[in-house]
Amino acid sequence: MEENNKINELHQRRRKAMLGGGEKAIEKQKSMGKKTARERILSLLDEGSFNEYDMFISHVARDFNMDKKELPGDGVVIGTGTIHGNPIAIFAQDFTVAGGSLGLMHSRKITKIMDYALKMRIPLIGINDSGGARIQEGVNSLAGYGEIFFRNTLASGVIPQISVILGPCAGGAVYSPALTDFVFMVDNISKMFITGPEVIKTVLGEEISMEDLGGARVHCETTGNAHFFAADEDECFRQIRELLSFIPASNESQMDPGEVSEPAGAFDINNIVPVDPTLPYDVKDVIKAIADNSEFVEIQEMWARNIVIGFSRIGGRTVGFVANQPLEMAGVLDVDSSDKAARFIRFCDSFNIPLVTLVDLPGYLPGVDQEHAGVIRHGAKVLYAYSEATVPKLTVILRKAYGGGYIAMSSRHLRADFVFAWPTAEIAVMGPEGAANIIFRKEIKEAENPEEVRRQKVEEYKSKFANPYVAASRGYVDSVIEPSETRKLIIHALEVSERKDVTMPRKKHGIPPF
Amino acid sequence: MSDSDKFDKLNIDQTEYKTRLSPGYRQRERYEPASPGVVTSFIPGTVVEILVGEGDRVSKGDELLVLDAMKMKNRLLSLWDGRVSKIKAAPGDRVTKGAVLLQIETE
Repeated sequence: MEENNKINELHQRRRKAMLGGGEKAIEKQKSMGKKTARERILSLLDEGSFNEYDMFISHVARDFNMDKKELPGDGVVIGTGTIHGNPIAIFAQDFTVAGGSLGLMHSRKITKIMDYALKMRIPLIGINDSGGARIQEGVNSLAGYGEIFFRNTLASGVIPQISVILGPCAGGAVYSPALTDFVFMVDNISKMFITGPEVIKTVLGEEISMEDLGGARVHCETTGNAHFFAADEDECFRQIRELLSFIPASNESQMDPGEVSEPAGAFDINNIVPVDPTLPYDVKDVIKAIADNSEFVEIQEMWARNIVIGFSRIGGRTVGFVANQPLEMAGVLDVDSSDKAARFIRFCDSFNIPLVTLVDLPGYLPGVDQEHAGVIRHGAKVLYAYSEATVPKLTVILRKAYGGGYIAMSSRHLRADFVFAWPTAEIAVMGPEGAANIIFRKEIKEAENPEEVRRQKVEEYKSKFANPYVAASRGYVDSVIEPSETRKLIIHALEVSERKDVTMPRKKHGIPPF
Repeated sequence: MSDSDKFDKLNIDQTEYKTRLSPGYRQRERYEPASPGVVTSFIPGTVVEILVGEGDRVSKGDELLVLDAMKMKNRLLSLWDGRVSKIKAAPGDRVTKGAVLLQIETE
């Protein structure tokens, strides 16, 4: 009898804790199109897999009448569960409790689950929905953020870290997502900024809405701070589950090759790339013509579209694609696309995901704005990331590969393992027009009919150098292949490099041009 | 590609590529060399006080006006010797970054 009472008390306490900030606050949360913290976790994880910890944590603040306030769970839910049957660790801030504000115990719960994820080598998912620091807790709340950032950094490259922004995430709080590998945002719900519209208006006189300053669209299209854009929370959770199906639990866990399925017939690899190097096409069609089931999960789809990055499977194995996109800005490398590619390359390298690079670019984007924005430093990130990567590196040169762009895009010189080129490949210092005008400047200038001589010289250069065979004659290209052979060769190359083992010089860490 | 007429052109190394241009590229600030004698706000803010009048002679280093921005009162100094030819701002004006505040006819 007495035991039953004890169990009843537990049920009662649980019910109370599960109610978070109470029915009114929950109603308000729902009126904004938002789920509660626990609902979010349950929608994301495998059914019935979630186990919550630290449900009865209470805060320790005593100043400003805080001792009279009860904050169930201290505004954050933590626990473990599974996605596709694989264990993950998760925390979700509960906006219904004191606006999800971060105090000492709130941060202790988060760091506890982070430590757990790192120790158990399982992915960490953080759902952010918080008004920011709990000001009443003063420096303790700053300490809390610092402890979180530190752990984000320790875990970087060891376990995949995913941040989901489902509400405000402002001020210092933004730096936890910024340190993680993938940031998911939802239209009209997510907001991220360092200083909000009010401060900006007071100090600088600039007026802007929260959505225009730091909404999902801005971060997915303009800043590149976020990686996935969703119309609502359910779509966002589907995206997270899909992404996790491609990446391993940690840097030391191997993913078993899955079932092999052929690309969909709709993508005919022989008819995607126009022979004329100045004409556009969608490089994603090439990816889909190579990938199992034509499946491709694109990352940062809306930002720096001149480069395409994302995951597919080829012959059942996960690969990371990096591809120039001739459809956008002719596929040039610039400040943003370099940044985008470099970070992705480093993610793949950390988690043993082979890189497949598809090359078709005219070089770097010229312009004062690019030079002054530091395209030298940013462009160098691509060289650094490819050179440093020791995962299998397979390169397919589809069409043009000019100048510095050729070197940067996983060339033989940066120790690519396999470099294949299609017969349409043009590997040269620059396009025929530019090259002929420089090499034959004098002859063209002094000719009676300069236009005709110029045309002749361009043709001459084209026939001599605009092909893959000069590079192949030096061994910079291993094999000139038909487009239809690409998939078969990539599968073979992945098999051959399965046990690739290279040793880098001993060092504490490199110093990439961040 | 069927919608080829929607493409723009981008010139790289004297070759024109048919492609789409990004919004960022279209909206990029075109570089213009600083023109001598034009005093602009280096930051958005509010004009507090104008310390010179049209026609005044100024020397390099003279104070021209006070701009309140980032909670600080910034004194803008003349970079040139010359004569104030035009004042384009008044105390209380909220100005954006790069707004022309006054012009000096340089010598």
